[in-house]
Order: sequence, then structure tokens, then C-alpha cells
Amino acid sequence: MEPVVSVRGLRKRYGQVDAVAGIDLEIERGEIFAFLGPNGAGKTTTVEILEGFRTRTGGEVTVLGIDPAHGDAAWRNRVGAVLQESNAEPGLTVRESLQLYSGYYLEPRDIDETIALVGLEEKADTLGPQLSGGQRRRLDVALALIGDPELVFLDEPTTGFDPSARRNAWDVIDGLRGLGKTVFLTTHYMDEAEQLADRIAVIAGGRIVAEGTPGTLGGRNLMAATIRFTLPAGTGADDLPPELRAQLAGEDGRVTLTSQTPLVHVGALAEWALARGIDLPDLDVRRPTLEDVYLELTRSDA
Amino acid sequence: MKTPAARGPLAVVLHQARFELRSFLRNRQARFFTLVLPLLFLVIFVAVFGNDKVGALHLPAKVYYVPGISALAVIAASFVNLVISITVLREEGILKRRRATPVPAWVLIAGRTLTALGVSLASVVVLLLLGRFAYGVRIPAHTIPGLAITVVVGSISFSALAYAFSTAIENEDAAQPMVQAVMLPLYFISGVFIPAVNLPSWLSHVAQVFPVEHLSGGLHHAFAPATTGIGIVWSDLGVVALWGAIGLAFALARFSWLPKAASA
Repeated sequence: MEPVVSVRGLRKRYGQVDAVAGIDLEIERGEIFAFLGPNGAGKTTTVEILEGFRTRTGGEVTVLGIDPAHGDAAWRNRVGAVLQESNAEPGLTVRESLQLYSGYYLEPRDIDETIALVGLEEKADTLGPQLSGGQRRRLDVALALIGDPELVFLDEPTTGFDPSARRNAWDVIDGLRGLGKTVFLTTHYMDEAEQLADRIAVIAGGRIVAEGTPGTLGGRNLMAATIRFTLPAGTGADDLPPELRAQLAGEDGRVTLTSQTPLVHVGALAEWALARGIDLPDLDVRRPTLEDVYLELTRSDA
Repeated sequence: MKTPAARGPLAVVLHQARFELRSFLRNRQARFFTLVLPLLFLVIFVAVFGNDKVGALHLPAKVYYVPGISALAVIAASFVNLVISITVLREEGILKRRRATPVPAWVLIAGRTLTALGVSLASVVVLLLLGRFAYGVRIPAHTIPGLAITVVVGSISFSALAYAFSTAIENEDAAQPMVQAVMLPLYFISGVFIPAVNLPSWLSHVAQVFPVEHLSGGLHHAFAPATTGIGIVWSDLGVVALWGAIGLAFALARFSWLPKAASA
């Protein structure tokens, strides 16, 4: 089946700077795709080219089979967009705003059902500008969904939210999966990408530096685990058996080993410690988190 | 039931105008400046000048000021309010979000212009009623078509100018002062506040370049008791419409739906 979004060699140049320096993307139907990167990495530039708001300097782009630079009304009927910054319609309630927007589409979703989908039933008759930040964002999502689009762009949907508002927003976005929508999400929060996405691409300095599922991103499944523990007084890292000493990565009161095969090394460590009657109460084995991977991948741009 | 979009662009224009009007009526500041302030001006000018004979035709001030303030009311609804509202909607990303929908740009513009036209007509009718019942000022029945046509052409032209003028405004805070900086002097030299015969001729010549003078001139003509025919001054109407056409062309070339502040 044809991909929903297909990007080849996309470039966008502002003056002397390549904001987007040749990226490739492919997003399948029904996928929740996260475009992860620090501020200024080129996320919004890319998504606005895909939405048809910006022109590109080079490369090929199709969204739902159409070049967004020439997207017509029929194409816009199939695409919904939650913009990074857009306020509520002034002077209209939540329900009225949705009535206004539903009139723009040929086959809109049911208004009350859409209000319920984003959890604004209690606020349906509240004026949009009087909503809290989190509620306003949910109204944005409802307005993007009212036309029953196949593809939804969400540009940093939770920036500036408190933790509970973020949880609520995540529930709403996760609910789009059940509707079979394809979702293109940009975010600079690793936990958000990890929580929501089927697939993640990390962008830094206008280039894609890694792509994968939340579990495999940046070779995360291959990256070494770290084993940490504190030895009792009188015992040093030099006393460890040679196969563990070979894995030594640091000793500053606490010993750190890195290991591609943590089970083998933890086993050897346990055998050695038990034989000597040493307990290791703070023993800790850790895989790199997505955050570690992300910081590693985007470090050169800091 | 078919949606407005399914019934065609004109249905969407009406749909848009209906919601724009609702939003306008809920905005206290817009209501005051557009609907109440012209009434206050009329009451104040009539209270001060009352039965003085003013203008080239030596009309009583109360007869003179109903059309003059009507011109102000049309401009308040179609230009002042519209420029401010467009700038706010643009800077808050609301116009951009509307452009992400399938609605053609001209439909959104036509819907908002229709709202301005409706408010202009309502505002002029209220001024007429106040003039009629508080001050006994009557408009000759045969010039009512001329009055109505002048208001309609004026409102549409000033709406087009509003879209053009908004392109020069950088942010929401600048909208109100910029609009007043342009309109207040024009009100003074264009027969809205002060009869043109009281101005030095060079100032009258300056005023005649701009559309405010021609809108107020057209409305004064429609109100004057001596006017015969349907009350249209084609030259005035032509100048107003020409300004509107220039505004429209400029807006088509320069108008942006995206916030200026964030277009990095």
C-alpha cells in the first residue's frame, strides 16, 4: 500500500542555513509516528512543509499521494492539523467552534461525539478563550478531527503542560489509534515519543540522526547495560576476577561496569561475592533509557 | 442534513458570517466602539451645535451630523473593527488554522465582509432612528436607495481596505493605535466632525484624495432635503469603489494568513 507520507531528500534553506538538510521519511497508514528533536532542529519547518504552509527548497514530498504545495480542498478534507501555536476562536464556545469548523467539511464527524472524544463534555458551553491551556489544546485536537481526516498532524501538542494535563493529552492522542488515524507527532519530549509512538525519527541540525521503534531507537537494544555496585571497605576493584576487571568503566566509591552480556557478568559477580561472603546491597543493572540515547544522538548540536 | 460545504461556497459564506457576527456581538469592546460610540458622537454634536446652520447648504447641525456620523459608523464596523480583528486572529494563529481546512480564502474573506456589512447597516439604521425620533431629522424617502447603496459600497470597500491595511501591522498591540492614527485626522478633514466649508482649501484638497471624504459626501447628499433623484453621487461612489478595488488588489498580493511574529 502507498505510504501516507513520503519524503525524499527534503531541504529547506533560510539564507545561508539549511534548516532541513535532506531528510527521508516514510509513514504507513495507521501509524503513530513521532518526530523527535530539540528546539530549532527543523521539526516545525518539516511539518509545515507537509501541511502545505511552507514551500521547500528541494526534495520530493507527497502526503496522501499529493504534493502539499499544490494541496486543494479535496486534499485538505483528508488532513487535520493541530498547529504549534493557535488560540481558540474568540467569542465562540467549544460547541460553537466545532459547529463553525464542521461546516467547512463535506462529511464531518458528529460534534458531541468529538467533544466526548477529547473529554470536553463539561466545557462544551464554555467560551474557548476561557479554557485552561490543556483544555484549549484538547479543543485544538477536536477542531483538527472534526473533518474526520485520515492523517492528523500534531505539532508539539503538550509543550508547556503540567504533568496531569500531559497525561490527559496523551490519552486523547492514544485514542486516535483506535480510530485508525495516521498521526504525525512532533515533540521535544522523549517520554512523549516513547509513550505514544509506533516509530520515532530523531532530527538534529536538520538531519535525521536515528530512526526506529521506541525499543530499538539508535541501537538501544545493542547498547551496553551498566552494572553498578559499592564494594565493602578493604576491597577494591583490583580484587575483582579478571573477566570483570576487563569490563571496568569507572570507580569513584562506586564501581561501574559496562556489559553487552549483563547476565553473564552479573552471574560472575554474584559467584565471586558469595564466595567471599560479600553482600552488594546497592547492586544496580540498567539499560540505557530512551533519554540517554536521545541525549547521545543530539549532543553534538548542543 | 447537508453541511454548508456540501451546499456550495455561498452557503459557507453565510455560515461564516453567522458565526463571525455572534463572535462580534460577544465582544464588549467591539460593540462599544462600533455600535455605541457613533451614537454618543451624534448626541454630543447635536447637543453642542443643535440648530446652528452649518456646511455649504446651511443645514441645521442635527441634519448635518446624522449622515456624517453614519460615515463614521460604517468605517468603524468595516475598517477599524475589521483591521483589529484580522490582526488578532492572524497573530493568534486562528487564520492559519482556518486555512488548514478546505475552505477557500475568498469564502472566509467574504463571510467576514458580510458581517461588517450587516453591522454597518444596523448601525446606520440605529443612527437614523435616533435622528428621526430624538431630533426629528427625516431622510427624503426617494433617496433611501442612494443611502443604502452608498452604505453597501462603502462598507465593502472599507473592508477590502482593512485587509490591505492589516498587512502593514506587525502585532496585535499596534492595531488599535495604527488604525486611529490614520482615521482620526481623516474624520476631522472629511466632513465627519467638521463641515468641509470650514477647512482651508488645501486641507479640503488633501481630504478629497482619500475615501472617507467621498463616503461622507455621498451620505450628506442622500440626506440633504434639496436632493432630487435617488440620492447617489456617482463620482463619490466611484472614488470609494476605486479605493476598495485598490485595497482588494493589494490584499490579494500581500495578505498573509500566517502570524508575522512567528514566521521565522
